[in-house]
Amino acid sequence: MTAADFAGTKTALALASSDVTMREAFVETVTAAMDTDPRIAVVTADISAGNFAEARSRHPERVVNVGIREQAMIGVAGGMALTGLRPVAHSYAPFLIERPFEQIKLDLGHQDVGAVLVSIGASYDDPVWGRTHQAPGDVALIDTLPGWTIHVPGHQDEVRALLSTALAGDDRVYLRLSTRRNSRAHSVEGFTAVRTGSKGVVVAVGPMLDSVLAATSTVDVTVLYAATVRPFDHAGLRAAVGSNANVVLVEPYLRGTSAHKVATALADVPHRLLALGVGREEEVRAYGTAEQHDVVHGLDTAGLHHSITHFLG
Amino acid sequence: MTQGILKRGWSELPDLFRRMSGDEKHEWAATSTLPALWTLYDRVLNVSPERVEDPDRDRFLLSKGHGPMAYYAVLAAKGFLDPSTLDDWTDYGSPLGQHPDRVLVPGVEIGAGSLGHGLALGVGQVLGLRAQGRTAPRVFVLVGDGEFDEGSNHEAIALAGRLGLDQLTVVAIDNGSASHGWPGGMASRFSVEGWDTVSVDGRDQEALYRAFTEAHPGRPRAVVAVIREEGAE
Repeated sequence: MTAADFAGTKTALALASSDVTMREAFVETVTAAMDTDPRIAVVTADISAGNFAEARSRHPERVVNVGIREQAMIGVAGGMALTGLRPVAHSYAPFLIERPFEQIKLDLGHQDVGAVLVSIGASYDDPVWGRTHQAPGDVALIDTLPGWTIHVPGHQDEVRALLSTALAGDDRVYLRLSTRRNSRAHSVEGFTAVRTGSKGVVVAVGPMLDSVLAATSTVDVTVLYAATVRPFDHAGLRAAVGSNANVVLVEPYLRGTSAHKVATALADVPHRLLALGVGREEEVRAYGTAEQHDVVHGLDTAGLHHSITHFLG
Repeated sequence: MTQGILKRGWSELPDLFRRMSGDEKHEWAATSTLPALWTLYDRVLNVSPERVEDPDRDRFLLSKGHGPMAYYAVLAAKGFLDPSTLDDWTDYGSPLGQHPDRVLVPGVEIGAGSLGHGLALGVGQVLGLRAQGRTAPRVFVLVGDGEFDEGSNHEAIALAGRLGLDQLTVVAIDNGSASHGWPGGMASRFSVEGWDTVSVDGRDQEALYRAFTEAHPGRPRAVVAVIREEGAE
């Protein structure tokens, strides 16, 4: 598999509506920001390197493609940050987060410097590539490290907003892009109530929102939308829950990744929690479509509806 | 904290060494780096306690973070550390651990310990400096021949060679500690990737000085400092 295999892939929806993918919004936003912020640098490991050709032509010293060397990609980003730059490192999620995980821990965190890590591929955006190209554990892994902001946008316009803020900062940010997305953008500030109800609170993270809304269209629940999961909006969840609550967490990555955050937010209130997400029990050795894998993990509309209504009783 | 601290010479390093107590398991490794460290800090690097934040300073990255006694002794001799800090090193609350932490020690450029991280960080520093038009500062990365086993080094070596990063110099301490060795020597691993390489006696400070200061335009340089066991030669 080569970098070209990933280049410029658009979903059918994007082609039909002539809008852009999250990755295209990412490339456009970074390319534009580089013109006005001399701190910003891009580090790639072949994947999407061609997408930054325009940025490279204008800022050749600040766009570095290291080849297929992901450990070096993160190390180089750390070194750049040590000199005061704002590095953006990008690859497919398993190669950005899992393969160079110790570099993320040490070359960024332990050095006390920041970077913006931007992944594509998500948990199983394109299952035809198999297990090697799936990273349902990425958010849980980053969650083991202190000081990281984690964004899981559900729409390309959210990518633009989150990225603009991230590029202007100097902290450690993980931005998880996906070809899965919602029909429209929502607020990226804390947890936002998209719908209110009385039987429980469903937290829908990023691209899960539209499926959650469809699954709960006849269910009397509050639906909170979260494009940012670290920091976790403890106060927002606590306020939505009230005095005694049923809470459902729907995350597009490893099931239960944010369960400990819910426990922290609701430490003073009796509650029940149902955590939904990508299953932990077995490796799904199947290709096909992302929608077919949603069914396996119970993340399709019918599966969500069944789990949520069963939980609420 | 370093203002007014007397700077000390080579002859005073043994005393600084002795202030660090405890069962240092990497003493041999520590001493193997001392001539190179001293040569860099005494004659090559444009660093001082007054300019630890100067963006145009040279950088020294101790990638092989274990056996840091020589490093701490040199930093103390050059005024980055108060020598009294050495007395209770590795105690809770001391800034000095068995692996250096850049956040805790002024003048330490990277936190190290896990092997194979310094070279890519150094490559990134050179690229970061270059992107800001800072072509004068030099970046030195010290690695060991055992550390060289880590594949991450070879990603960085290939990259630096291809990019022709002449602001970068690697000091490779070769004391024969790699389990499976490096046939043809460590230098061959750099030269095949386009580096300018030189091998010197790792205890010969004049040879080290020349190796650190000779021009190597358009190419990174690897200085392999060969350390033979005392009494073996």
